[in-house]
Amino acid sequence: MIALRLERRHPLPLWQQAILPLLSVLAALGLCGLLVLWAGADLVRAYAALFVGALGSRFAVLETFVKSAPLILTGLAVALAFRAKFWNIGAEGQLYAGATAATWFGLTFTETPAWLLLPLLLLGSFAAGGAWALIPGLLKARLKVDDVVTTLLMNYIMLYLVSALVDGPWREPVSQWPQSPEIVEAAQLPILLERSRFHLGIPLAFFCAGLVWLLLARTPLGYAIKAVGVNPRAAEFGGIRTARVIAVTALLSGGLAGLAGAGELAGIQFHLMEAISPGYGYSGIVVAMLGGLHPLGVVLAAFFFGVVNNGAQHMSRVTGVPTYLVEVMQGVTLLAMLAALLLLGSFAAGGAWALIPGLLKARLKVGNADAARALSTLGSRMAGPPGGIDPSLHTLHGAPVSGSPGGDAPPDSP
Amino acid sequence: MTGPPAVRMRGVRKRFLDVVANDGIDFDLHPGEVCALLGENGAGKTTLMNILFGLLPPDAGTLEVWGEPVTLRSPREAIARGIGMVHQHFTLVPPHTVLENIVVGTLEVDPDAPVWQLSVGEQQRVEIVKALYRGARILILDEPTAVLTPPEARGLFKALRSLAAEGRAVVFISHKLREVMEVTDRVVVLRGGRVVATRQTAATDPQELARLMVGREVHTPVRRPRPAAGAPVLEVEELVVDNDRGLTAVERVSFAVHAGEIFGLAGVSGNGQGELAEAIFGLRRARRGRIRVGDAALTNRPAAEVVARRVARIPEDRIGVGLLMELSLAENLILETYRDPRFRRGPFFLASAVAGFADRLLADYRVRAPHRAVPAKTLSGGNLQKLLLARALAREPVLLVAHQPTRGLDVAATEEVHARLLELRERGVAVLLISEDLDEILALSDRIGVLYEGRLMGVVPAEEARVEELGLLMAGVGPEGPRA
Ligand SMILES: Nc1ncnc2c1ncn2[C@@H]1O[C@H](COP(=O)(O)OP(=O)(O)OP(=O)(O)O)[C@@H](O)[C@H]1O
Ligand SMILES: [Mg+2]
Repeated sequence: MIALRLERRHPLPLWQQAILPLLSVLAALGLCGLLVLWAGADLVRAYAALFVGALGSRFAVLETFVKSAPLILTGLAVALAFRAKFWNIGAEGQLYAGATAATWFGLTFTETPAWLLLPLLLLGSFAAGGAWALIPGLLKARLKVDDVVTTLLMNYIMLYLVSALVDGPWREPVSQWPQSPEIVEAAQLPILLERSRFHLGIPLAFFCAGLVWLLLARTPLGYAIKAVGVNPRAAEFGGIRTARVIAVTALLSGGLAGLAGAGELAGIQFHLMEAISPGYGYSGIVVAMLGGLHPLGVVLAAFFFGVVNNGAQHMSRVTGVPTYLVEVMQGVTLLAMLAALLLLGSFAAGGAWALIPGLLKARLKVGNADAARALSTLGSRMAGPPGGIDPSLHTLHGAPVSGSPGGDAPPDSP
Repeated sequence: MTGPPAVRMRGVRKRFLDVVANDGIDFDLHPGEVCALLGENGAGKTTLMNILFGLLPPDAGTLEVWGEPVTLRSPREAIARGIGMVHQHFTLVPPHTVLENIVVGTLEVDPDAPVWQLSVGEQQRVEIVKALYRGARILILDEPTAVLTPPEARGLFKALRSLAAEGRAVVFISHKLREVMEVTDRVVVLRGGRVVATRQTAATDPQELARLMVGREVHTPVRRPRPAAGAPVLEVEELVVDNDRGLTAVERVSFAVHAGEIFGLAGVSGNGQGELAEAIFGLRRARRGRIRVGDAALTNRPAAEVVARRVARIPEDRIGVGLLMELSLAENLILETYRDPRFRRGPFFLASAVAGFADRLLADYRVRAPHRAVPAKTLSGGNLQKLLLARALAREPVLLVAHQPTRGLDVAATEEVHARLLELRERGVAVLLISEDLDEILALSDRIGVLYEGRLMGVVPAEEARVEELGLLMAGVGPEGPRA
């Protein structure tokens, strides 16, 4: 058990809350800088190229927005779920569910005008993503099935479904790759700024961030979500139907990820294929954590990774550093953030540990469900007793917690 | 006494944002004495002891241990200097067995049981033995008896006296003046973060101590004779409930609580009170039997329905069950009513309505807190209890189920709660009071039942109840043996 000597009793002012993510980002930039050096490139030139590639021209900036939008939505999806301690690491699958629904609308309603088709398509994608998340949500709420495992496994089911579709009934005959035909034009999200790919889905993502903020800060449902996340037993005792709240949270969370899928499909790709998302769903976890599970933080974190994603190609062209540095950077940022949160004994640390297996699987293609289990168990162990008591609480009233007599006092903090 | 004092604290100051918890405290502790630290809720007792235990750094002031100036930067350093502390809200590592937590034979707990299966009282004992096992020569006990049964408390007092006789030094924090009179040598009284008085226990009495703590006289509320009993509000019939270990904890219990009466349920903790209360709260399934409130069947219904029936509840475990420690005081206060239209404008919360509601309750119940927006976890133990009470009673209840409602409350706050319970009774509310404190039960109840090993040992009208008889019932010795 971790009991640290820290006084953090009041909500930190906003600027202090921002310090942790900023330090994590700096740590990531620093560590990845070592990799850049190792790759034999000039560090300053590489990072300069990264930012020029992302922000150096009108087109570059707009492309950064294009890359940020899905991250905002998946980041919101994860942040909302984590607020209720629903450990949704299945935003990737929910994104694909949304993209699949969008494709279906775009292939089925060939005569419907855009003003009618687009809202239907967006709603349909939201519903599809939501339904895909609702399954693990209900399993958790009703049967106490581990959400980390189910949400993760649902990703694979969805990916195989999409594979089957684009290689089977929806396969476009003329194309070399398994992909669906192009959706009708009326189903395509309009481009809002000329000579760019800045489509309707981008402002929609920002709009969703505003809605999630309103939901959490101002509404009874948002209050219930926070209460369930903080202490499910007390929430239930107080009259909140925690099972329902978890289900609704799952639905909304999956819906947001589904919208990300709609944006990618109907705004960028227009064909359904296996490679619709370069892992936006998993990156959403990093975005949510870095953003402190706060909608504004999510927007900023998503924009940061949008910059990194978008600039990486340019950096690669200029300096020869491979683009997958981006993924390393995401991973390192997350780990730095987790380390810091764990040190602070923060509430999310438990869940954060639980999501590591998901990232490992997604990023490194390693492991299996058992590995995930083992790691997530480890995670919850580290986070504290069942029921998720905030480890930082021990600093207030009950510090010395030890597993063995005599020896095992709480560690000193430096 | 010769030699240096075990502890000498001088000019200790500690503030938390706008609250000065310790305001220049001088405190000495001598070897061979049991010293009481008394004070109202939020007076700064726990803070001072946390500083002594290296948990909190003081803002100012010095500390000497056995005459040696020290700066304790962590509990580990405190433990290394022979200081042990049992916390007000202590924590053990739940998955470990007791044996792993301590290796001492003499204590009366099943040494192989995992800690989460122990009652709070048993966990407390483990904590105390653990501190001793670590070789503590200075022992701090922060409200140790709040969770102990009377016989357990007596056992603890004996142990404390013999520890003092060995030359160890003990700090004993309690709100129960009777215990303070019984076990301590000296009393230090804190008020508002300052030492306001020091007395030899032999040279003072409970009335004086209460006055010193509160700064005024404390009055015991009077219970007027019972008006004619109203209709039954809570009806429990043949209820059977299991505990966490899957064993029968409540065995075919039947009783009714009527409008305008206080039904006191006495009994040593761990005899099924927790399970019974949780079944009524909607947090634990009943294996058999029925629970009704008014005309509503609430057996195995979710807590939300119990809340909707205007049942006010004070759970025993205020932190694990009662409160949302990370959320603000206001957010805690609206937990049961957050969907009320008066808090809303359209789909959104009406911040001014929530704020007004919270501020009024905080003032009415005298919760000592800087602001409604601070997280609940910054409150002192007694103030958490007041917060819980304020929320429970804010909604014109028809029934109050109060489990240990005055645990951890100071003298004045206890009297306040008692006065409120009596006031509810006069207003025609049915009150089920579950308490281990026989004095409390006798002072407030109209009828008294005793729970022993999950069985209701008989119900007597308060006028006919005699302490000795109740004590026997609590020990499982009934006139006709256990009855259903
Ligand atoms: N970590 C903290 N952050 C902010 N305020 C705190 C913190 N700890 C204590 N306080 C405040 O300091 C004051 C003293 O608290 P403390 O816990 O020492 O009281 P206490 O005398 O032990 O009371 P009780 O009898 O209720 O346990 C209270 O007003 C409390 O709200
Ligand atoms: Mg205290």
